[in-house]
Amino acid sequence: MASRHTVLPGFRVTLGFTILYLCLIVVLPLLTLPARTATLPWSSIWRTISDPRVVASYKLSVSTSLWAAGVNAIFGLLVAWVLVRYQFPGKRIIDALIDLPFALPTAVAGITLTTLYAPNGWIGKPLDRWGIKVAFTPLGIIVALVFIGLPFVVRTLQPVIEDLEVEIEEAATSLGASRGVVLWRIILPYLFPAWLTGFALSFARAVGEYGSVVFISGNMPMTTEISPFLIMTKLEQYDYAGATAIAVVMLLISFVLLLTVNALQSWSSRKLAH
Amino acid sequence: MAGHAGPLRTARATTARGLTEPAPVRWLLTAVALGFLGLFLVVPLAAVFVEAFGKGLNAYLSAVSEPDAYAALKLTLIAAGIAVPLNMLFGLCAAWAIGKFDFRGKNLLTTLIDLPFAVSPVISGMVFVLMFGRQGVFGPWLSAHDIKIIFAVPGIVLATLFVSFPFVAREIIPVMEASGSQEEEAARVLGASGFQTFFRVTLPNIKWGLLYGVILCNARAMGEFGAVSVVSGHIRGLTNTLPLHVEILYNEYNFQGAFAVASLLAFLALITLLLKVIVERRSIQA
Repeated sequence: MASRHTVLPGFRVTLGFTILYLCLIVVLPLLTLPARTATLPWSSIWRTISDPRVVASYKLSVSTSLWAAGVNAIFGLLVAWVLVRYQFPGKRIIDALIDLPFALPTAVAGITLTTLYAPNGWIGKPLDRWGIKVAFTPLGIIVALVFIGLPFVVRTLQPVIEDLEVEIEEAATSLGASRGVVLWRIILPYLFPAWLTGFALSFARAVGEYGSVVFISGNMPMTTEISPFLIMTKLEQYDYAGATAIAVVMLLISFVLLLTVNALQSWSSRKLAH
Repeated sequence: MAGHAGPLRTARATTARGLTEPAPVRWLLTAVALGFLGLFLVVPLAAVFVEAFGKGLNAYLSAVSEPDAYAALKLTLIAAGIAVPLNMLFGLCAAWAIGKFDFRGKNLLTTLIDLPFAVSPVISGMVFVLMFGRQGVFGPWLSAHDIKIIFAVPGIVLATLFVSFPFVAREIIPVMEASGSQEEEAARVLGASGFQTFFRVTLPNIKWGLLYGVILCNARAMGEFGAVSVVSGHIRGLTNTLPLHVEILYNEYNFQGAFAVASLLAFLALITLLLKVIVERRSIQA
Protein backbone atom coordinates (compact mmCIF):
# COMPACT_ATOMS: atom_id res chain seq x y z
CA MET A 1 0.00 0.00 0.00
CA ALA A 2 1.32 3.40 -0.91
CA SER A 3 1.53 5.35 2.30
CA ARG A 4 1.16 8.83 0.84
CA HIS A 5 -0.97 10.29 -1.90
CA THR A 6 0.72 10.52 -5.23
CA VAL A 7 -0.30 11.43 -8.72
CA LEU A 8 1.90 8.76 -10.23
CA PRO A 9 0.01 5.82 -11.70
CA GLY A 10 0.79 2.16 -11.95
CA PHE A 11 1.76 1.29 -8.39
CA ARG A 12 -0.60 -1.67 -8.06
CA VAL A 13 0.11 -3.07 -11.51
CA THR A 14 3.90 -2.83 -11.29
CA LEU A 15 4.14 -4.07 -7.72
CA GLY A 16 1.67 -6.85 -8.46
CA PHE A 17 3.66 -8.01 -11.48
CA THR A 18 6.93 -7.69 -9.55
CA ILE A 19 5.71 -9.91 -6.73
CA LEU A 20 4.02 -12.43 -9.01
CA TYR A 21 7.07 -12.80 -11.26
CA LEU A 22 9.46 -12.93 -8.30
CA CYS A 23 7.40 -15.70 -6.70
CA LEU A 24 7.08 -17.72 -9.90
CA ILE A 25 10.70 -17.55 -11.04
CA VAL A 26 12.64 -17.31 -7.77
CA VAL A 27 10.77 -17.82 -4.52
CA LEU A 28 8.61 -20.86 -5.31
CA PRO A 29 11.42 -22.80 -7.02
CA LEU A 30 13.77 -22.06 -4.11
CA LEU A 31 11.13 -23.13 -1.57
CA THR A 32 11.09 -26.62 -3.06
CA LEU A 33 14.50 -27.15 -1.48
CA PRO A 34 13.43 -26.81 2.19
CA ALA A 35 10.09 -28.46 1.33
CA ARG A 36 11.89 -31.47 -0.06
CA THR A 37 14.25 -31.56 2.91
CA ALA A 38 11.31 -31.60 5.32
CA THR A 39 9.96 -34.78 3.73
CA LEU A 40 13.25 -36.63 4.21
CA PRO A 41 13.82 -38.64 7.39
CA TRP A 42 16.72 -37.35 9.48
CA SER A 43 18.50 -40.68 9.27
CA SER A 44 18.68 -40.53 5.49
CA ILE A 45 19.90 -36.93 5.47
CA TRP A 46 22.55 -37.83 8.03
CA ARG A 47 23.60 -40.90 6.06
CA THR A 48 24.17 -38.75 2.98
CA ILE A 49 26.01 -35.87 4.59
CA SER A 50 28.18 -38.00 6.86
CA ASP A 51 29.41 -40.10 3.96
CA PRO A 52 33.22 -39.62 3.97
CA ARG A 53 33.16 -38.71 0.29
CA VAL A 54 30.62 -35.93 0.93
CA VAL A 55 32.48 -34.67 3.99
CA ALA A 56 35.69 -34.57 1.95
CA SER A 57 33.91 -32.52 -0.72
CA TYR A 58 32.68 -29.98 1.86
CA LYS A 59 36.17 -29.63 3.30
CA LEU A 60 37.63 -29.21 -0.17
CA SER A 61 35.03 -26.68 -1.29
CA VAL A 62 35.38 -24.54 1.82
CA SER A 63 39.19 -24.69 2.05
CA THR A 64 39.85 -23.97 -1.64
CA SER A 65 37.30 -21.13 -1.53
CA LEU A 66 38.99 -19.62 1.52
CA TRP A 67 42.40 -19.85 -0.13
CA ALA A 68 41.12 -18.29 -3.34
CA ALA A 69 39.30 -15.50 -1.50
CA GLY A 70 42.50 -14.85 0.47
CA VAL A 71 44.62 -14.60 -2.67
CA ASN A 72 42.01 -12.31 -4.19
CA ALA A 73 41.88 -10.16 -1.08
CA ILE A 74 45.63 -9.53 -1.26
CA PHE A 75 46.03 -9.11 -5.01
CA GLY A 76 42.64 -7.45 -5.40
CA LEU A 77 43.64 -4.76 -2.92
CA LEU A 78 46.90 -4.24 -4.77
CA VAL A 79 45.19 -4.09 -8.18
CA ALA A 80 42.49 -1.69 -6.95
CA TRP A 81 45.11 0.56 -5.38
CA VAL A 82 47.30 0.60 -8.48
CA LEU A 83 44.31 1.23 -10.76
CA VAL A 84 43.03 4.16 -8.71
CA ARG A 85 46.22 5.79 -7.53
CA TYR A 86 48.90 5.21 -10.16
CA GLN A 87 49.13 6.09 -13.81
CA PHE A 88 50.47 3.81 -16.49
CA PRO A 89 49.84 3.23 -20.19
CA GLY A 90 46.88 1.00 -21.01
CA LYS A 91 45.20 1.65 -17.69
CA ARG A 92 41.69 2.01 -19.16
CA ILE A 93 41.95 -1.29 -21.02
CA ILE A 94 43.22 -3.09 -17.93
CA ASP A 95 40.43 -1.54 -15.88
CA ALA A 96 37.83 -2.80 -18.38
CA LEU A 97 39.42 -6.27 -18.42
CA ILE A 98 38.87 -6.67 -14.66
CA ASP A 99 35.26 -7.62 -15.43
CA LEU A 100 36.30 -10.41 -17.80
CA PRO A 101 35.51 -13.17 -15.26
CA PHE A 102 31.96 -11.77 -14.98
CA ALA A 103 31.52 -11.67 -18.74
CA LEU A 104 33.32 -14.85 -19.81
CA PRO A 105 31.14 -17.96 -19.52
CA THR A 106 32.48 -20.20 -16.78
CA ALA A 107 32.79 -23.23 -19.08
CA VAL A 108 35.13 -21.24 -21.34
CA ALA A 109 37.20 -20.19 -18.34
CA GLY A 110 37.26 -23.80 -17.18
CA ILE A 111 38.57 -25.40 -20.36
CA THR A 112 41.05 -22.56 -20.94
CA LEU A 113 42.59 -22.72 -17.47
CA THR A 114 42.77 -26.50 -17.70
CA THR A 115 44.60 -26.32 -21.03
CA LEU A 116 46.99 -23.66 -19.70
CA TYR A 117 47.82 -25.49 -16.47
CA ALA A 118 47.83 -29.07 -17.77
CA PRO A 119 51.28 -30.73 -17.59
CA ASN A 120 51.85 -29.90 -21.27
CA GLY A 121 50.23 -26.43 -21.19
CA TRP A 122 51.80 -22.97 -21.50
CA ILE A 123 52.00 -22.48 -17.75
CA GLY A 124 51.73 -26.10 -16.61
CA LYS A 125 54.85 -27.24 -18.46
CA PRO A 126 57.39 -24.94 -16.78
CA LEU A 127 55.71 -25.57 -13.41
CA ASP A 128 55.83 -29.30 -14.02
CA ARG A 129 59.60 -29.10 -14.41
CA TRP A 130 59.72 -27.69 -10.89
CA GLY A 131 57.57 -30.56 -9.71
CA ILE A 132 54.47 -28.38 -9.20
CA LYS A 133 51.25 -29.88 -10.47
CA VAL A 134 48.27 -27.55 -10.83
CA ALA A 135 45.65 -29.10 -13.09
CA PHE A 136 43.73 -32.01 -11.51
CA THR A 137 44.89 -31.05 -7.99
CA PRO A 138 43.32 -28.81 -5.32
CA LEU A 139 45.76 -26.11 -6.44
CA GLY A 140 44.04 -26.08 -9.84
CA ILE A 141 40.68 -25.55 -8.13
CA ILE A 142 42.16 -22.57 -6.31
CA VAL A 143 43.47 -21.12 -9.60
CA ALA A 144 39.98 -21.33 -11.15
CA LEU A 145 38.36 -19.79 -8.07
CA VAL A 146 40.89 -16.94 -8.03
CA PHE A 147 39.94 -16.17 -11.63
CA ILE A 148 36.20 -16.22 -10.83
CA GLY A 149 36.41 -14.14 -7.65
CA LEU A 150 38.92 -11.43 -8.59
CA PRO A 151 36.43 -8.76 -9.81
CA PHE A 152 34.47 -8.88 -6.55
CA VAL A 153 37.38 -7.59 -4.46
CA VAL A 154 38.64 -5.06 -7.02
CA ARG A 155 35.21 -3.62 -7.82
CA THR A 156 34.24 -3.37 -4.16
CA LEU A 157 37.44 -1.55 -3.21
CA GLN A 158 37.83 0.80 -6.19
CA PRO A 159 35.04 3.27 -5.33
CA VAL A 160 36.09 3.31 -1.68
CA ILE A 161 39.70 4.13 -2.57
CA GLU A 162 38.41 6.87 -4.89
CA ASP A 163 36.34 8.31 -2.04
CA LEU A 164 39.31 8.43 0.33
CA GLU A 165 39.66 12.06 1.24
CA VAL A 166 43.08 13.19 0.15
CA GLU A 167 42.89 15.96 2.77
CA ILE A 168 43.12 13.43 5.61
CA GLU A 169 46.29 11.93 4.16
CA GLU A 170 47.60 15.42 3.60
CA ALA A 171 46.91 16.40 7.18
CA ALA A 172 48.62 13.29 8.53
CA THR A 173 51.62 13.81 6.28
CA SER A 174 51.96 17.47 7.22
CA LEU A 175 51.80 16.49 10.89
CA GLY A 176 54.87 14.38 10.28
CA ALA A 177 53.48 10.89 9.63
CA SER A 178 55.54 8.82 7.23
CA ARG A 179 53.92 7.27 4.18
CA GLY A 180 54.03 3.86 5.85
CA VAL A 181 52.23 5.14 8.93
CA VAL A 182 49.59 6.85 6.76
CA LEU A 183 48.99 3.62 4.86
CA TRP A 184 48.93 1.41 7.93
CA ARG A 185 47.06 3.64 10.39
CA ILE A 186 44.71 5.63 8.14
CA ILE A 187 44.16 4.05 4.75
CA LEU A 188 44.01 0.34 5.59
CA PRO A 189 41.56 0.72 8.53
CA TYR A 190 39.34 2.86 6.30
CA LEU A 191 39.35 0.24 3.55
CA PHE A 192 38.88 -2.69 5.92
CA PRO A 193 35.05 -3.03 5.84
CA ALA A 194 34.94 -2.90 2.03
CA TRP A 195 37.86 -5.29 1.90
CA LEU A 196 35.95 -7.80 4.05
CA THR A 197 32.90 -7.38 1.83
CA GLY A 198 34.99 -8.14 -1.25
CA PHE A 199 36.48 -11.16 0.48
CA ALA A 200 33.01 -12.41 1.46
CA LEU A 201 31.55 -11.93 -2.02
CA SER A 202 34.51 -13.68 -3.58
CA PHE A 203 34.23 -16.52 -1.08
CA ALA A 204 30.46 -16.91 -1.53
CA ARG A 205 30.85 -17.09 -5.28
CA ALA A 206 33.65 -19.64 -4.97
CA VAL A 207 31.79 -22.09 -2.71
CA GLY A 208 29.00 -22.56 -5.24
CA GLU A 209 31.12 -22.32 -8.37
CA TYR A 210 30.80 -25.17 -10.82
CA GLY A 211 31.64 -24.44 -14.47
CA SER A 212 35.17 -23.15 -14.15
CA VAL A 213 36.15 -25.81 -11.61
CA VAL A 214 34.87 -29.12 -12.99
CA PHE A 215 37.34 -29.18 -15.85
CA ILE A 216 40.50 -28.29 -13.98
CA SER A 217 39.70 -30.31 -10.83
CA GLY A 218 39.57 -33.74 -12.45
CA ASN A 219 36.79 -34.71 -9.98
CA MET A 220 38.55 -37.54 -8.20
CA PRO A 221 36.54 -38.76 -5.19
CA MET A 222 38.02 -37.76 -1.81
CA THR A 223 40.71 -35.49 -3.29
CA THR A 224 39.43 -33.12 -5.99
CA GLU A 225 35.68 -33.54 -5.95
CA ILE A 226 33.81 -30.33 -5.02
CA SER A 227 30.32 -30.34 -3.44
CA PRO A 228 28.47 -28.84 -6.45
CA PHE A 229 29.91 -31.67 -8.56
CA LEU A 230 28.60 -34.25 -6.09
CA ILE A 231 25.14 -32.68 -6.29
CA MET A 232 25.34 -32.95 -10.06
CA THR A 233 26.34 -36.63 -9.81
CA LYS A 234 23.45 -37.42 -7.45
CA LEU A 235 20.98 -35.67 -9.75
CA GLU A 236 22.25 -37.65 -12.72
CA GLN A 237 21.56 -40.83 -10.75
CA TYR A 238 18.04 -39.51 -9.93
CA ASP A 239 19.03 -39.47 -6.24
CA TYR A 240 17.06 -36.28 -5.51
CA ALA A 241 17.11 -36.91 -1.75
CA GLY A 242 20.90 -37.14 -1.66
CA ALA A 243 21.32 -34.06 -3.83
CA THR A 244 18.92 -32.10 -1.63
CA ALA A 245 20.73 -33.06 1.56
CA ILE A 246 24.13 -32.02 0.17
CA ALA A 247 22.69 -28.76 -1.18
CA VAL A 248 21.05 -27.79 2.11
CA VAL A 249 24.29 -28.25 4.05
CA MET A 250 26.15 -26.27 1.38
CA LEU A 251 23.67 -23.40 1.74
CA LEU A 252 24.00 -23.57 5.53
CA ILE A 253 27.81 -23.42 5.38
CA SER A 254 27.86 -20.37 3.14
CA PHE A 255 25.09 -18.76 5.17
CA VAL A 256 27.01 -19.15 8.45
CA LEU A 257 30.25 -17.88 6.92
CA LEU A 258 28.54 -14.87 5.38
CA LEU A 259 26.86 -14.11 8.70
CA THR A 260 30.26 -14.20 10.39
CA VAL A 261 31.77 -11.86 7.84
CA ASN A 262 28.78 -9.49 8.11
CA ALA A 263 29.22 -9.39 11.88
CA LEU A 264 32.95 -8.70 11.49
CA GLN A 265 32.16 -6.01 8.98
CA SER A 266 29.64 -4.14 11.11
CA TRP A 267 32.03 -4.44 14.06
CA SER A 268 34.90 -2.94 12.07
CA SER A 269 32.83 -0.13 10.56
CA ARG A 270 31.46 0.73 14.01
CA LYS A 271 35.01 0.83 15.28
CA LEU A 272 35.92 3.07 12.37
CA ALA A 273 33.12 5.51 13.14
CA HIS A 274 34.51 6.19 16.62
CA MET B 1 29.45 -1.06 -9.84
CA ALA B 2 28.38 1.53 -12.39
CA GLY B 3 30.41 4.59 -13.20
CA HIS B 4 33.24 5.16 -10.79
CA ALA B 5 33.94 8.74 -11.64
CA GLY B 6 37.60 9.46 -11.93
CA PRO B 7 40.48 7.11 -11.29
CA LEU B 8 42.61 9.30 -13.53
CA ARG B 9 41.75 12.42 -11.60
CA THR B 10 42.54 10.82 -8.25
CA ALA B 11 45.85 9.50 -9.54
CA ARG B 12 46.88 12.92 -10.79
CA ALA B 13 45.78 14.76 -7.66
CA THR B 14 47.60 12.47 -5.26
CA THR B 15 50.78 12.41 -7.32
CA ALA B 16 50.78 16.19 -7.66
CA ARG B 17 50.43 16.71 -3.91
CA GLY B 18 53.24 14.33 -3.13
CA LEU B 19 50.77 11.98 -1.45
CA THR B 20 52.05 8.82 -2.93
CA GLU B 21 54.60 6.11 -2.46
CA PRO B 22 58.23 6.59 -3.61
CA ALA B 23 58.69 5.94 -7.35
CA PRO B 24 60.47 2.55 -7.05
CA VAL B 25 57.69 1.29 -4.78
CA ARG B 26 55.09 2.51 -7.26
CA TRP B 27 56.82 0.73 -10.12
CA LEU B 28 57.18 -2.45 -8.14
CA LEU B 29 53.51 -2.48 -7.07
CA THR B 30 52.34 -1.69 -10.60
CA ALA B 31 54.53 -4.44 -12.00
CA VAL B 32 53.24 -7.01 -9.52
CA ALA B 33 49.61 -6.00 -10.13
CA LEU B 34 50.01 -6.11 -13.91
CA GLY B 35 51.88 -9.41 -13.71
CA PHE B 36 49.04 -10.91 -11.70
CA LEU B 37 46.39 -9.60 -14.09
CA GLY B 38 48.44 -10.73 -17.07
CA LEU B 39 48.71 -14.24 -15.68
CA PHE B 40 45.08 -14.53 -14.64
CA LEU B 41 43.22 -12.49 -17.26
CA VAL B 42 45.27 -11.73 -20.36
CA VAL B 43 46.97 -15.09 -20.85
CA PRO B 44 43.71 -17.12 -20.57
CA LEU B 45 41.91 -14.74 -22.93
CA ALA B 46 44.72 -14.99 -25.47
CA ALA B 47 44.84 -18.77 -25.06
CA VAL B 48 41.18 -19.13 -26.11
CA PHE B 49 41.86 -17.54 -29.47
CA VAL B 50 45.25 -19.21 -30.01
CA GLU B 51 43.75 -22.66 -29.37
CA ALA B 52 40.72 -21.84 -31.52
CA PHE B 53 42.76 -20.83 -34.55
CA GLY B 54 45.66 -23.22 -33.84
CA LYS B 55 44.74 -25.57 -36.66
CA GLY B 56 44.02 -22.86 -39.18
CA LEU B 57 41.04 -20.88 -40.32
CA ASN B 58 39.41 -23.77 -42.19
CA ALA B 59 39.31 -26.02 -39.13
CA TYR B 60 37.89 -23.10 -37.18
CA LEU B 61 35.17 -22.36 -39.70
CA SER B 62 34.14 -26.00 -40.02
CA ALA B 63 33.94 -26.31 -36.21
CA VAL B 64 31.68 -23.31 -35.77
CA SER B 65 29.46 -24.07 -38.77
CA GLU B 66 28.82 -27.70 -37.85
CA PRO B 67 25.05 -28.45 -37.44
CA ASP B 68 25.27 -29.20 -33.69
CA ALA B 69 27.10 -25.94 -33.08
CA TYR B 70 24.46 -24.15 -35.11
CA ALA B 71 21.67 -25.79 -33.10
CA ALA B 72 23.43 -24.82 -29.85
CA LEU B 73 23.75 -21.23 -31.03
CA LYS B 74 20.07 -21.18 -31.91
CA LEU B 75 19.04 -22.49 -28.50
CA THR B 76 21.30 -19.99 -26.74
CA LEU B 77 19.67 -17.17 -28.71
CA ILE B 78 16.18 -18.51 -27.94
CA ALA B 79 16.89 -18.76 -24.19
CA ALA B 80 18.43 -15.27 -24.04
CA GLY B 81 15.72 -13.93 -26.36
CA ILE B 82 13.05 -14.98 -23.87
CA ALA B 83 14.94 -14.34 -20.62
CA VAL B 84 16.33 -10.88 -21.35
CA PRO B 85 13.06 -9.13 -22.38
CA LEU B 86 11.09 -10.75 -19.55
CA ASN B 87 13.71 -9.85 -16.95
CA MET B 88 13.87 -6.35 -18.41
CA LEU B 89 10.10 -5.95 -18.06
CA PHE B 90 10.38 -7.24 -14.51
CA GLY B 91 13.26 -4.88 -13.76
CA LEU B 92 11.29 -1.89 -15.02
CA CYS B 93 8.20 -2.80 -12.98
CA ALA B 94 10.22 -3.50 -9.84
CA ALA B 95 12.19 -0.27 -10.19
CA TRP B 96 9.01 1.78 -10.78
CA ALA B 97 7.27 0.32 -7.73
CA ILE B 98 10.35 0.46 -5.47
CA GLY B 99 11.81 3.72 -6.76
CA LYS B 100 8.69 5.86 -6.96
CA PHE B 101 6.50 4.65 -4.10
CA ASP B 102 6.77 3.99 -0.38
CA PHE B 103 5.43 0.77 0.98
CA ARG B 104 6.07 -1.70 3.75
CA GLY B 105 8.38 -4.61 3.03
CA LYS B 106 10.43 -2.72 0.47
CA ASN B 107 13.76 -3.88 1.92
CA LEU B 108 12.61 -7.48 2.00
CA LEU B 109 11.55 -7.23 -1.64
CA THR B 110 14.94 -5.78 -2.65
CA THR B 111 16.73 -8.56 -0.78
CA LEU B 112 14.60 -11.26 -2.41
CA ILE B 113 15.39 -9.86 -5.86
CA ASP B 114 19.10 -10.43 -5.22
CA LEU B 115 18.57 -14.05 -4.13
CA PRO B 116 19.61 -15.72 -7.40
CA PHE B 117 23.07 -14.16 -6.99
CA ALA B 118 23.53 -15.94 -3.68
CA VAL B 119 22.65 -19.41 -4.91
CA SER B 120 25.10 -21.85 -6.50
CA PRO B 121 24.40 -22.37 -10.22
CA VAL B 122 24.00 -26.09 -9.63
CA ILE B 123 21.36 -25.47 -6.95
CA SER B 124 19.62 -22.97 -9.26
CA GLY B 125 19.16 -25.70 -11.81
CA MET B 126 18.38 -28.32 -9.23
CA VAL B 127 15.32 -26.52 -7.81
CA PHE B 128 13.67 -26.80 -11.23
CA VAL B 129 14.47 -30.51 -11.32
CA LEU B 130 12.86 -30.82 -7.89
CA MET B 131 9.77 -29.10 -9.26
CA PHE B 132 9.40 -30.55 -12.73
CA GLY B 133 11.70 -33.59 -12.81
CA ARG B 134 10.56 -37.21 -12.97
CA GLN B 135 10.21 -37.43 -9.18
CA GLY B 136 9.56 -33.74 -8.75
CA VAL B 137 6.51 -31.96 -7.30
CA PHE B 138 4.74 -31.71 -10.65
CA GLY B 139 6.56 -34.69 -12.19
CA PRO B 140 3.69 -37.21 -12.20
CA TRP B 141 1.19 -34.65 -13.52
CA LEU B 142 3.56 -33.52 -16.27
CA SER B 143 4.33 -37.04 -17.43
CA ALA B 144 0.60 -37.92 -17.37
CA HIS B 145 -0.01 -35.00 -19.73
CA ASP B 146 3.11 -35.74 -21.76
CA ILE B 147 4.70 -32.36 -21.09
CA LYS B 148 8.48 -32.25 -20.89
CA ILE B 149 10.19 -29.42 -19.04
CA ILE B 150 13.36 -30.98 -17.65
CA PHE B 151 15.74 -32.27 -20.33
CA ALA B 152 13.87 -30.04 -22.78
CA VAL B 153 13.88 -26.44 -23.96
CA PRO B 154 11.42 -25.07 -21.31
CA GLY B 155 13.76 -26.19 -18.52
CA ILE B 156 16.67 -24.39 -20.12
CA VAL B 157 14.59 -21.23 -20.49
CA LEU B 158 13.49 -21.44 -16.83
CA ALA B 159 17.04 -21.92 -15.55
CA THR B 160 18.22 -19.02 -17.71
CA LEU B 161 15.39 -16.81 -16.41
CA PHE B 162 16.43 -17.64 -12.86
CA VAL B 163 20.16 -16.95 -13.13
CA SER B 164 19.78 -13.73 -15.14
CA PHE B 165 16.85 -12.52 -13.03
CA PRO B 166 18.36 -9.72 -10.85
CA PHE B 167 20.64 -7.93 -13.33
CA VAL B 168 18.29 -5.31 -14.84
CA ALA B 169 16.39 -4.68 -11.62
CA ARG B 170 19.45 -4.14 -9.48
CA GLU B 171 20.97 -1.69 -11.99
CA ILE B 172 17.90 0.53 -12.40
CA ILE B 173 16.37 0.45 -8.91
CA PRO B 174 19.10 2.77 -7.53
CA VAL B 175 18.84 5.05 -10.57
CA MET B 176 15.06 5.38 -10.20
CA GLU B 177 15.38 5.97 -6.47
CA ALA B 178 18.03 8.63 -7.00
CA SER B 179 16.10 10.54 -9.67
CA GLY B 180 13.09 10.94 -7.34
CA SER B 181 9.56 11.47 -8.61
CA GLN B 182 9.18 15.24 -8.94
CA GLU B 183 9.73 15.26 -12.70
CA GLU B 184 7.14 12.55 -13.22
CA GLU B 185 4.69 14.29 -10.90
CA ALA B 186 5.12 17.52 -12.83
CA ALA B 187 4.46 15.71 -16.10
CA ARG B 188 1.30 14.15 -14.68
CA VAL B 189 0.01 17.44 -13.30
CA LEU B 190 0.61 19.03 -16.69
CA GLY B 191 -1.68 16.40 -18.19
CA ALA B 192 0.63 13.68 -19.48
CA SER B 193 -0.76 10.13 -19.41
CA GLY B 194 0.99 7.43 -17.43
CA PHE B 195 2.69 5.95 -20.47
CA GLN B 196 3.67 9.39 -21.83
CA THR B 197 5.22 10.16 -18.46
CA PHE B 198 7.15 6.92 -18.49
CA PHE B 199 8.44 7.13 -22.04
CA ARG B 200 9.12 10.90 -22.13
CA VAL B 201 10.36 11.54 -18.61
CA THR B 202 11.43 8.37 -16.81
CA LEU B 203 12.99 6.40 -19.63
CA PRO B 204 15.45 9.13 -20.70
CA ASN B 205 16.60 9.35 -17.07
CA ILE B 206 17.26 5.66 -16.67
CA LYS B 207 18.29 4.66 -20.18
CA TRP B 208 22.00 4.15 -19.45
CA GLY B 209 21.34 2.15 -16.32
CA LEU B 210 18.77 0.11 -18.22
CA LEU B 211 21.17 -0.59 -21.08
CA TYR B 212 23.90 -1.53 -18.61
CA GLY B 213 21.60 -3.98 -16.87
CA VAL B 214 20.45 -5.49 -20.16
CA ILE B 215 24.06 -6.02 -21.28
CA LEU B 216 24.97 -7.82 -18.05
CA CYS B 217 21.72 -9.81 -18.10
CA ASN B 218 22.36 -10.93 -21.65
CA ALA B 219 25.94 -11.96 -20.94
CA ARG B 220 24.80 -14.14 -18.06
CA ALA B 221 21.85 -15.55 -20.01
CA MET B 222 24.04 -16.61 -22.94
CA GLY B 223 26.97 -17.80 -20.86
CA GLU B 224 25.30 -19.73 -18.03
CA PHE B 225 26.66 -23.23 -17.62
CA GLY B 226 25.99 -24.89 -14.26
CA ALA B 227 22.26 -24.26 -13.92
CA VAL B 228 21.55 -25.04 -17.55
CA SER B 229 23.71 -28.14 -17.38
CA VAL B 230 21.53 -29.62 -14.61
CA VAL B 231 18.27 -29.25 -16.53
CA SER B 232 19.53 -29.91 -20.03
CA GLY B 233 20.24 -33.63 -20.22
CA HIS B 234 22.86 -32.83 -22.89
CA ILE B 235 20.96 -34.02 -25.94
CA ARG B 236 23.06 -33.02 -28.92
CA GLY B 237 21.29 -30.75 -31.37
CA LEU B 238 18.25 -30.45 -29.09
CA THR B 239 19.02 -29.25 -25.57
CA ASN B 240 22.56 -27.96 -25.90
CA THR B 241 23.38 -24.33 -25.48
CA LEU B 242 26.75 -22.97 -26.63
CA PRO B 243 28.48 -23.40 -23.24
CA LEU B 244 27.17 -26.98 -23.00
CA HIS B 245 28.32 -27.70 -26.52
CA VAL B 246 31.80 -26.49 -25.53
CA GLU B 247 31.77 -29.01 -22.69
CA ILE B 248 30.70 -31.90 -24.90
CA LEU B 249 33.38 -31.20 -27.52
CA TYR B 250 36.01 -30.83 -24.82
CA ASN B 251 35.06 -34.10 -23.14
CA GLU B 252 35.27 -35.83 -26.53
CA TYR B 253 38.88 -34.58 -26.76
CA ASN B 254 37.92 -32.37 -29.71
CA PHE B 255 39.89 -29.51 -28.18
CA GLN B 256 40.16 -27.45 -31.32
CA GLY B 257 36.39 -27.61 -31.85
CA ALA B 258 35.73 -26.81 -28.19
CA PHE B 259 37.95 -23.73 -28.32
CA ALA B 260 36.50 -22.63 -31.66
CA VAL B 261 33.00 -22.56 -30.14
CA ALA B 262 34.44 -21.11 -26.92
CA SER B 263 35.99 -18.28 -28.92
CA LEU B 264 32.48 -17.23 -30.00
CA LEU B 265 31.57 -16.89 -26.33
CA ALA B 266 34.84 -15.12 -25.54
CA PHE B 267 34.09 -12.72 -28.37
CA LEU B 268 30.67 -12.10 -26.84
CA ALA B 269 32.39 -11.39 -23.51
CA LEU B 270 34.70 -8.84 -25.14
CA ILE B 271 31.74 -7.09 -26.78
CA THR B 272 30.01 -7.05 -23.39
CA LEU B 273 33.06 -5.42 -21.79
CA LEU B 274 33.32 -2.87 -24.60
CA LEU B 275 29.63 -1.92 -24.38
CA LYS B 276 29.98 -1.68 -20.63
CA VAL B 277 32.84 0.82 -20.92
CA ILE B 278 30.89 2.89 -23.46
CA VAL B 279 27.75 2.93 -21.33
CA GLU B 280 29.71 3.82 -18.20
CA ARG B 281 31.37 6.73 -19.94
CA ARG B 282 28.04 7.98 -21.34
CA SER B 283 26.32 7.72 -17.98
CA ILE B 284 29.06 9.80 -16.36
CA GLN B 285 28.71 12.48 -19.04
CA ALA B 286 24.91 12.47 -18.84
